[in-house]
Amino acid sequence: MAKRIAIAACLTAAVAAPFLISGFHTFQLTQILVYAIALLGLNLLTGYSGQISLGHGAFFAIGAYVTAIMLDHAWLPYWATVPLAGLVCFAIGFAFGLPALRLEGPYLALATFALAIATPQILKHDKLESWTGGVQGIVLDKPEGPFTGLLDPDQWLYFVTLVAVIALYVAAWNLVRGRTGRALVAIRDHPLAAATMGIDTALYKTTTFGLSAMYTGVAGALGALLTGFVSPDSFTILVSINFLVGMVVGGVASIAGNFFGAAFIVILPNIAGDISDSAPWAIYGVILIVLMILMPRGIAGVVRAVAARRPST
Amino acid sequence: MEALLHQVMLGISNGAIYGGVALALVMIFKSTHHVNFAQGELAMFTTYVSWTLIQAGVPYWAAFALTLMFAFALAAAIQGLILQRVQHAPVLVVVIVFIGLLIFLNSMASWIFGTTIKPFPSPFAVDAWYGTAYFSPHQVGMTVVTLATLAAVYGFFRYTRLGLAMRAAAINPISSRLVGVRVDLMLALCWGFAGLLGAVAGMMAAPMFYLAPDLMSGILVYALAAALLGGIDNPWGAPIGGFIVGVAENLAGSYLVGTQIRLSVALLIIVVVLLFKPSGLFGRKSVVRV
Amino acid sequence: MSALLELRGVSASYGAAPVLQSIDLAVEQGAVVALLGANGAGKTTLLRAVCNMMVRTGGEIRLAGKRIDGQSTAGIVRLGVAHVPEGRGTFEELTVAENLRLGSYVRRDADGVTRDLARVLGYFPVLEQRQRQQAGTLSGGEQQMLAIARALMLRPKLLLLDEPSFGLAPMVVQKIFEILGTINRQESIGMLLVEQNARLALDLASHAFVLETGRLVMSGEASTIAGDESVRRAYLGM
Repeated sequence: MAKRIAIAACLTAAVAAPFLISGFHTFQLTQILVYAIALLGLNLLTGYSGQISLGHGAFFAIGAYVTAIMLDHAWLPYWATVPLAGLVCFAIGFAFGLPALRLEGPYLALATFALAIATPQILKHDKLESWTGGVQGIVLDKPEGPFTGLLDPDQWLYFVTLVAVIALYVAAWNLVRGRTGRALVAIRDHPLAAATMGIDTALYKTTTFGLSAMYTGVAGALGALLTGFVSPDSFTILVSINFLVGMVVGGVASIAGNFFGAAFIVILPNIAGDISDSAPWAIYGVILIVLMILMPRGIAGVVRAVAARRPST
Repeated sequence: MEALLHQVMLGISNGAIYGGVALALVMIFKSTHHVNFAQGELAMFTTYVSWTLIQAGVPYWAAFALTLMFAFALAAAIQGLILQRVQHAPVLVVVIVFIGLLIFLNSMASWIFGTTIKPFPSPFAVDAWYGTAYFSPHQVGMTVVTLATLAAVYGFFRYTRLGLAMRAAAINPISSRLVGVRVDLMLALCWGFAGLLGAVAGMMAAPMFYLAPDLMSGILVYALAAALLGGIDNPWGAPIGGFIVGVAENLAGSYLVGTQIRLSVALLIIVVVLLFKPSGLFGRKSVVRV
Repeated sequence: MSALLELRGVSASYGAAPVLQSIDLAVEQGAVVALLGANGAGKTTLLRAVCNMMVRTGGEIRLAGKRIDGQSTAGIVRLGVAHVPEGRGTFEELTVAENLRLGSYVRRDADGVTRDLARVLGYFPVLEQRQRQQAGTLSGGEQQMLAIARALMLRPKLLLLDEPSFGLAPMVVQKIFEILGTINRQESIGMLLVEQNARLALDLASHAFVLETGRLVMSGEASTIAGDESVRRAYLGM
């Protein structure tokens, strides 16, 4: 019951927010929502399916570039590029998931890492320049939306993203609570036992890879619309590392954790910058270490522990 | 043909560095089952320390020795003070700790020493007798020093009592305690050696790649690939993996795709190898008992 | 003279789950004491409690009068307690010789170690032949012998043995128990022997304790316990 009230409150706040805060903060909030989708994607793979990925930045980039290329050549309206980005990334993720079945732990981490490192370099490559715009990238127009009187582009994009977030989260929630989710957790925790129970481990794992990539790709597409710009150097390995940090700090295998994590990766660097101008990243690094020592289950873990102590209603 | 040989030799000398760092990664993995993602930044930081000593007038080899001691101590401290606190945490949590360390060390290096590229001296004179047309004296010296360090580390582990205890602690910590080995201390020492190997690699690489905060990040990727290629739990595989990666990277860079994309190509080659040998060339396949 | 090993009111748990409760037990100098009971009774836990290994303990544990509860495992070992664990605990990747060297890791007397090595190889000649072999390639019986030999290299005052007969062929087990008897007589090493094979254990031991679901239900001379029909049937499955 308390949970439902909390969700309702959050939704109300979410809908009201862009009318109450400045344009820049609306932009930041949209950024957080975008990352929340990306982190959900990563969480599906790593948290529920137990396959580590250091390469989700690649899917983020691919999603972003699909949108950018479609808009650049005016082949699709902006809203249609988002599901397309999702589908493309699903296909690539699924295809990647097949060989990934053979790799475990640090070996899989390396393979995904290779993907993340390769992506910006491939994007910069001369042969693809006519498509990708090479090192300079592609500039996009911010979509205006149909309610130009009521909502400025920032606010419109915020609501588009919010709708996407709600739809994707509900879908993920259903997935996780249902048979698929249980199968995934079984595969993660006891792959051998899962297989003997008749679960097609390979199919589940590759499908999860695909879904995970799809979510992150959708996030990338929305992100491109948000920033209005894609270039290879915006998608370095740091993006993948950031996703990993966000997921763990937020709380692995937790739906709410993705929001906490997304907020963390967007807001913390600013806070670190306030604490020290000269070495803000040093502060960020220390914060990460301290957080992991004190809160290994992430922010969501702390929230859960606090909620558990109160008598349930 | 000559050019090919040149590239191969270049690859081997780079490979010595990758192998050294790879061994550090394997040592830490074998004893703690974690990949030390901060290995490169640690090596870079200690290289800056050696640079500072040399700038202050300390003769090269003295600075070298002092830096090795500092690196040993710093690495051991990181294990004892930070990693020990998360030793029972889930893998992902430890990965984030490593990322935090990586970011911290990189940022501190930039802050303390600045980000401008600094030339780093080589102890091997430019016109020394052992240089050839293919191999500059530094490359020869670097390969020799790295291999000598690897040999010393192997010798230590194989022939000394403490080395045996450290191996035991890595293989079976519970049984090690039952023979009186202080496992936590052994882990810290193991990290110390890893720090030492990193410092050697950094000081050997810096004259070629110039000293800047991103000196070791690329090298770390190659070293990680080398360690995995050799088998992440096999110390002998690390230098072999290093040589293979060094040569593959060089050949790919010169003949296939140009320097831009060589890193990706090298990694992709390795991933393909892993698909056929998922535990690396010499890694042990873990047999899961049902 | 105080007992070699004394447990008073000892309890032990893994996390929140209590396994042992109010255990009072003693091993006299140079004696062999058998610790018997069904699976899950807590026998292994008791040995672990003595070494402060993987369990949380309460109560008092004394080695030759001195309290050792709360000390680190490595510290307790240095005081002369050698534990041959369940599953042997061999360093499989290392050679037989290296395993034995590790047994004497805490000792500083090189000559004593050399002499002990010779003596230990005398008890288990098969190990001498296999010195350079990887320990993991030895048969089950040989690994058990290696585990005991390694423990002896400590020159312990107290030897803890956890199911030395486990998984071994009867003839091999017979041999090992004969050797244990010899060692006990010749070197006066006290032994606390956990065994499911009650008959073998009671043959070797002078005293016995019986555990059931974490509590001591019986103690006494080994011959008495072995002779008591009801005890045998109820607790020992004999």
